[in-house]
Amino acid sequence: MLAIRMRGVVKRYGAITAVAGLDLEVPEGTCVGLLGPNGAGKSTTMKMLTAQAIADEGELEVLGCRLPGESKHARAQLGVVPQLDNLDIRLTVEHNLLVFTHLYRVPRGDRKAAIERALRLANLTERRDALVEELSGGMRRRLLIARALVHRPRLVLMDEPTVGLDPQVRQGLWALIDGLRADGVTILMSTHYIEEAERLADSVTIMAEGRAVAVGPPSELIRTHAGREAVEVYGPPPVLHEVEAASAAAGLRTRRTGTSVAVLSPNGGNGDVPDGHRRPANLEDVFVLLTGEEIT
Amino acid sequence: MTTAAPTADRAAAAAHLGRLERPALAGVLVRELINFRSYWKSTTFSSTVEPTIYLLAFGLGFGSLVSTVGGLPYVEFVGTGTVATAVLFASAFPAMFGTLVKYQYQRTYDAILAAPVDTEELVTAEAVFIAVRAGVYGCVPMLVAMLFGLEPSWGMFAVPFIAALAGFGWAGFGITIAAFLKSFENFSYVISAVLTPLFLVAGTFFPIDQLPEWAQVLAQFNPLYHCVQLVRDAVFGWAGWVDLGHAAVLVAFGLLTWRLAVWGMTRKLIT
Repeated sequence: MLAIRMRGVVKRYGAITAVAGLDLEVPEGTCVGLLGPNGAGKSTTMKMLTAQAIADEGELEVLGCRLPGESKHARAQLGVVPQLDNLDIRLTVEHNLLVFTHLYRVPRGDRKAAIERALRLANLTERRDALVEELSGGMRRRLLIARALVHRPRLVLMDEPTVGLDPQVRQGLWALIDGLRADGVTILMSTHYIEEAERLADSVTIMAEGRAVAVGPPSELIRTHAGREAVEVYGPPPVLHEVEAASAAAGLRTRRTGTSVAVLSPNGGNGDVPDGHRRPANLEDVFVLLTGEEIT
Repeated sequence: MTTAAPTADRAAAAAHLGRLERPALAGVLVRELINFRSYWKSTTFSSTVEPTIYLLAFGLGFGSLVSTVGGLPYVEFVGTGTVATAVLFASAFPAMFGTLVKYQYQRTYDAILAAPVDTEELVTAEAVFIAVRAGVYGCVPMLVAMLFGLEPSWGMFAVPFIAALAGFGWAGFGITIAAFLKSFENFSYVISAVLTPLFLVAGTFFPIDQLPEWAQVLAQFNPLYHCVQLVRDAVFGWAGWVDLGHAAVLVAFGLLTWRLAVWGMTRKLIT
């Protein structure tokens, strides 16, 4: 059963086409990563799934509800973690959750338990009486996740859930998201952090210019597009240019980072492999090859 | 591939299976109520003190020069008239500023619309909450006037309802303005060019029959004028069909601005 099904979805803003014929499937019980550079159409896609943006063309179905006509039913069963903090900062942590138990129509008798569960999940029980404006960025982000889970949704949409957080806080949130995944919650998570997608997603859809350019489990995408390993060559720009030229002549694909060139599938060419640091190919290699953009 | 929701049908397509559902309205109202606990003091202060100052300044200041207006002691004339001023201050201004803050800066409406709440329910609940507040705050000048000799009457019990009805209309007006203007600075145009003139030709401080003919005609289109007249008639004695006419104008104003607010906010929030 699919939690999300999008077919040929197009969304335009005036002359700009934000989403250009997107196909996307998210099976229930899986975590799917939507990976793409800024402007790839990830956030627009997320907004269309809550009917806050209406597709110009195509078909959208969320939890069996056709959008936008049945979006209200769909929204009752899904939780949303937005990219930008939209908590009520002058309310306490607990009151923020209380408001959303009402908005998500949690029955009166279940509200207290729902709030306790969400606080526990997000590890915020101790801070329940704190005002949101007193919380750190990481805590606020955990509260956003708790808020999205307060009604036990079947599907959670996370739009860049760890953007702007320091690595330590990010790791903590990954553990939280991983726990949700283990509990069988379906997750669609947009991100431009490769590591996030690689660690958490069962399947990844790489988006560029509003389209899906690759779909599959991270390991499969790596194998298909970047091979088993890469050779990372460091050096000054002239040396890197030479490596790129030699690799191209040998039929090898390369990708440039700021200070190095990665030669992909180095054993698949017809020439010498440059000296450098051998490492397993990764999703970042795939991302750069397919989107032509560096990770920021 | 099918074609989904071209622009003309966008608002309708973004809709829902149930309209104006009680749980959705209640959810938004609960949010407002919980938030109100954190700022009620400042809002109550600004919504009641300012009209009261007008009442005292005009009622006692001019009152020493003008003994009666239309057969009423001037302080009582102004005391009942400034109910409409309090309603305006308690509804149009918070609706304009609050709406802009919530959708543009706090992004509160994005969070609410991700839940099973649609724009119509969101706008309606926001307007109802502001209207109820206006119903309460609107009574303050009348209560102050009672300290200066305004006699109690049974009709005064209708004043909170008249104030709430007018407040609903002005809330819709404020939300509509916020839906179309993009910054606080732009509100100055509306306040100076629309609200201040309406406020001055509402019959609050002087009877409109002292104004030129054209201004008297324009005043008939001013919801504040109808609020002022209805409140005075409630307090000093109902005037039959005329009051039904005043009430009908306020109902029409409320319905019009409510629909405009829903339309404007849908256009703003659903892209």
